[in-house]
Amino acid sequence: SLCKKPEYVQGEIITNGSKRSLRARLMKLLPCSGAKKPAAQTQNSVEDELELSAVRHRPEGLEQLEAQTRFSRKELQILYRGFKNECPSGVVNEDTFKDIYSQFFPQGDASTYAHFLFNAFDTDHNGSVSFEDFVMGLSILLRGSVQEKLNWAFNLYDINKDGYITKEEMLDIMKAIYDMMGKCTYPILKEETPRQHVEIFFQKMDKNKDGVVTIDEFIDCCQNDENIMRSMQLFENVI
Amino acid sequence: MAAGVAAWLPFARAAAIGWMPVANLPMPVAPTEKNKRQDELIILNVSGRRFQTWRNTLDRYPDTLLGSSEKEFFYNEETREYFFDRDPDVFRSILNFYRTGKLHYPRYECISAYDEELAFFGIIPEIISDCCYEEYKDRKRENAERLMDDNEDNKDCKLPNMTFRETMWRAFENPHTSTMALVFYYVTGFFIAVSVITNVVETVPCGATPNQKDMPCGERYTEAFFCMDTACVMIFTVEYLMRLFAAPSRYRFIRSVMSIIDVVAILPYYIGLVMTNNEDVSGAFVTLRVFRVFRIFKFSRHSQGLRILGYTLKSCASELGFLLFSLTMAIIIFATVMFYAEKGSTSSKFTSIPASFWYTIVTMTTLGYGDMVPKTIAGKIFGSICSLSGVLVIALPVPVIVSNFSRIYHQNQRADKRRAQKVQKARLARMRISKTGSSSAFLHSKRNGLLNESLELTQLPYKMNISHQSCSEDGQKLSKTMSLLESQHHHLLHCLEKTTNHEFMDEQLYEQSYLETALQSYPSRSPSLSSQGLTGTCCSRRAKKSSQLPNASAATSGLQELSAINIQCGDPPLSTSRSSLNMRPDDPPRLNCQSGQITTAIISIPTPPATTPDGDGHTLPNPSVQNIVKVSAL
Repeated sequence: SLCKKPEYVQGEIITNGSKRSLRARLMKLLPCSGAKKPAAQTQNSVEDELELSAVRHRPEGLEQLEAQTRFSRKELQILYRGFKNECPSGVVNEDTFKDIYSQFFPQGDASTYAHFLFNAFDTDHNGSVSFEDFVMGLSILLRGSVQEKLNWAFNLYDINKDGYITKEEMLDIMKAIYDMMGKCTYPILKEETPRQHVEIFFQKMDKNKDGVVTIDEFIDCCQNDENIMRSMQLFENVI
Repeated sequence: MAAGVAAWLPFARAAAIGWMPVANLPMPVAPTEKNKRQDELIILNVSGRRFQTWRNTLDRYPDTLLGSSEKEFFYNEETREYFFDRDPDVFRSILNFYRTGKLHYPRYECISAYDEELAFFGIIPEIISDCCYEEYKDRKRENAERLMDDNEDNKDCKLPNMTFRETMWRAFENPHTSTMALVFYYVTGFFIAVSVITNVVETVPCGATPNQKDMPCGERYTEAFFCMDTACVMIFTVEYLMRLFAAPSRYRFIRSVMSIIDVVAILPYYIGLVMTNNEDVSGAFVTLRVFRVFRIFKFSRHSQGLRILGYTLKSCASELGFLLFSLTMAIIIFATVMFYAEKGSTSSKFTSIPASFWYTIVTMTTLGYGDMVPKTIAGKIFGSICSLSGVLVIALPVPVIVSNFSRIYHQNQRADKRRAQKVQKARLARMRISKTGSSSAFLHSKRNGLLNESLELTQLPYKMNISHQSCSEDGQKLSKTMSLLESQHHHLLHCLEKTTNHEFMDEQLYEQSYLETALQSYPSRSPSLSSQGLTGTCCSRRAKKSSQLPNASAATSGLQELSAINIQCGDPPLSTSRSSLNMRPDDPPRLNCQSGQITTAIISIPTPPATTPDGDGHTLPNPSVQNIVKVSAL
């Protein structure tokens, strides 16, 4: 099959540090001191750099992805073409991700929320989102059951992935969302607006008032809220 | 929105699910794709060469020819392709722009042909990417200069309505514009030369007469030289006064370097006239005559190279300063060393450290006069080190100055540097405008009420069943004016607004309203607000301008108030507002769709902002709406 594991080269660029010994310095002054040793080192570092820049990733075959996600062949093709167009190397790292996402929100600063999104998509936490991660995430978001979607949302909010959403985590998320609005809003964004929003959220979700929201409380509460249930179906036909 | 990332819009919309559990308000309905066609390949036949691409690729830039419906004009029914009778080579770069989002300028192309193609396909040249932009601008500038040079000969003909003063100034600045100017130019040049030569010859000792010893010619033929001097100074004075008269800005002229040189050149003569021939001041008088040599600088008006030299020295001030500083350091060091080395030797010329300065300077500049030489061995060793290091220290900054001079000289041949800077600023401004166009597009469409139709509140199912059909039809009618991509993007931004319960605003309006908010006081809000069923969103603005002031007034909508927010409360104004909504024929179906809203009235239009008053005859808004009200009334 066309399955190929991605090669992530953790190249270390060998720096010829400035801590050269006195002897080395004197040797350099003499005309016979050829730069043999440094040459070998630089050659290694050059190779490392080349490898770093040539990290390529080919996704698994179309059939496998079709089996693993709920997208049809054609949809996967369209998704991949868009993905590869923006990231020719096949993987997207956090900076590119932030950049792409920020272009949809020209008025505000979408980088914090993009950071959380990146962590939610990067399921194996290796610092980059490959096409498989991307498509798996989308499959849940667009074609998953409501349970799965709520699960995903919970995973997004739970920044440290410990199974509980604390107020601090929620506040971070809320601030990130409000940052996307930017400065020029009506009514004017105040400092305590995110905090108030978090309070409302916790009032709604935290049934036993223990200061954290667990996954069951979350799913329970969302399923009882018509607005949320309806909005979950909103993006069914996105692809 | 950068069209290059259009392919990621589905992802961004999917990620919006992350906002849903947090939002307190219901979300608007997503725009639907009416004819969901599969992405198809379209064929572009450019003078016989066929290019193929996805339709979506071209749709990324809807304000160009290929991205808009303008390309339908070129559609060929029989061959089912789009035919363009243009250059296929340039078309390659243009199509690559759609594919990659970057526009490149191929170096082998003629600049005007390229510009024409860009204009034809509706692409502005400012978005040429940075890798090719410099080249493009350089070529364009060269082209413009070439054209300008051809025109310049025509430009020099006298414009009919120039005043005498302007003519004179032009004659002074460009001597080749008229014969008179040329004559004047040469005459002044001649007199400058005469004056300088006079100064020089004045001091040459003429032949000795039998009765007197050798004296300089100046003292022998005093009257002759005095007459020459007077004549030259008169000419210079007249010239200076004429320039002063003709200058467009006298103050600026007086401050300019050339005029200072002129003044310094003629001032000694007048001072000499005024002063008597006292013995006391004759010393000072002699010094003044030195300044007459500054007349030679008047030649810089006649020579471009001199001016450039002066400019170079000015611009290399830092290098010259460095040279001076390092030389001074070296001189002091070596002078000290030499002094102490030679202290022991008898009859040494190195009497003090300052006396040694002279030796050090002469040695470091490799002059070596030989009037002071070291005699001790130590002195000779240090002397040789001194001369070697002198060569190094002087050789270092000189190439920098030389390269500066050559750079400036060549730059002077090309166009003005200031014009290039202005162009760069204009380019950045235009790019900024096109970037902010995306954000303003959303606000713009909101203002035009295009979002009205898609503002479905997804709360009540039975209402949806009844009215969804009609509402969505209206939505589709209006969303035709926007591309699907745009409407989806706007829907996304709209969801964000609903999640945070705040709205995007134009920057200028934000400034305005921020100032006025600071003045406005909250008590102006009527307390009856929260008791009515209002949601905290406003979207239907129908008038041209929008300024959003939190100036609450429970006024009816027929007001012509400038920039006031009308808060439509429930039933009482219902009849009036509904009757005055004569602009909107499709209102009745919309009544089912929306509950009451805060609307912002905009200015002086008799028809009120389109509102959909709260449902009359419909059930009360459910408790969640009430909760929402309380939040928004904060």
